[in-house]
Amino acid sequence: MDAVWGAVVKLHGEYGASLTSLSLIDYDEEEKMAVVRTSLAAVNLVRASLASITSMAGKETAVHVLAVSGTIKALREKLKQ
Amino acid sequence: MKKAFADLHLRLNMKDRSATLRMINKAANLGYRLIAMPLAPETRMEEVTKLRGTCNESGIDFVTRVDLRPRTPNDLMYQLRRLRRKFEVVCVSCENKAVARQAAKDRRVDLLAFPLLDFRRRFFDRAEAELASNSLAALEIDVKPLLVLEGPARIRLLSNLRREATIAEKFHVPIVVSSGVSAERLLRKPREMAALAFLFGLDEDFALKAVSQSANAIVKRNREKLGSKFVAPGIRVVKEGKDC
Repeated sequence: MDAVWGAVVKLHGEYGASLTSLSLIDYDEEEKMAVVRTSLAAVNLVRASLASITSMAGKETAVHVLAVSGTIKALREKLKQ
Repeated sequence: MKKAFADLHLRLNMKDRSATLRMINKAANLGYRLIAMPLAPETRMEEVTKLRGTCNESGIDFVTRVDLRPRTPNDLMYQLRRLRRKFEVVCVSCENKAVARQAAKDRRVDLLAFPLLDFRRRFFDRAEAELASNSLAALEIDVKPLLVLEGPARIRLLSNLRREATIAEKFHVPIVVSSGVSAERLLRKPREMAALAFLFGLDEDFALKAVSQSANAIVKRNREKLGSKFVAPGIRVVKEGKDC
């Protein structure tokens, strides 16, 4: 989550980061998949920040958004499809 | 209707066959339906056919593209005469103002590209946009520098891109957002590219158009022109032979 916060702050500054209401809901280490909550108005802002991540803890990384949904239940259903 | 996403600027090393294959598969997995890569003007037809076959196996449409770097407007005209009918997409890297103006008004040019890091040589101003809006050229923006740059360089780049995007929108010049990457790890999903375009002021609709419709329209138009049935804009051969 540090890398996500870092990318948001780097790209949008502390003011921009404060608009995102970012929080980690779930992280599956095996699947390397995380569920992140953010405010609807800041979806594009967070998506751009995630796309700008090129490394984490010194390792080259790419973060992709698999699905976006209003509720966690709907998100899980989307991912199942 | 589902959008057909396109990346018109993938830099693949044709000599490294396995890396090329990996890149094509990755693009397909990320949701692209059309990709283009800059080819050398002397590229043989067999190589293109092979690449097209590889892309078709992955469910992707392959488009041939050539990047021209002319030094003078005359050089540009010469290169266009020589290469226009060989490639589906022609991009001109505008290294000076005279070339930029000539490229913007020439209807054979599809994409206008400017040096991303040399901000004094980004000639996309109101005059350039006006010329481009009367021809068919689109402004190409690569997202790679947004991923690899940091700090003041990225800030200055974003500021320039924001100014250019505003001018392009005002003069109805299409914008094509491409990746411009050669490494797999820098390849992003189409919606992520659109989100990066949001950083330089494109709204969601316009950004999605920049990674789908704008690119597809260029390819469709050029394929029609390069087809055997094309005569002139709006005129094509429907039937030929003795019974006409």
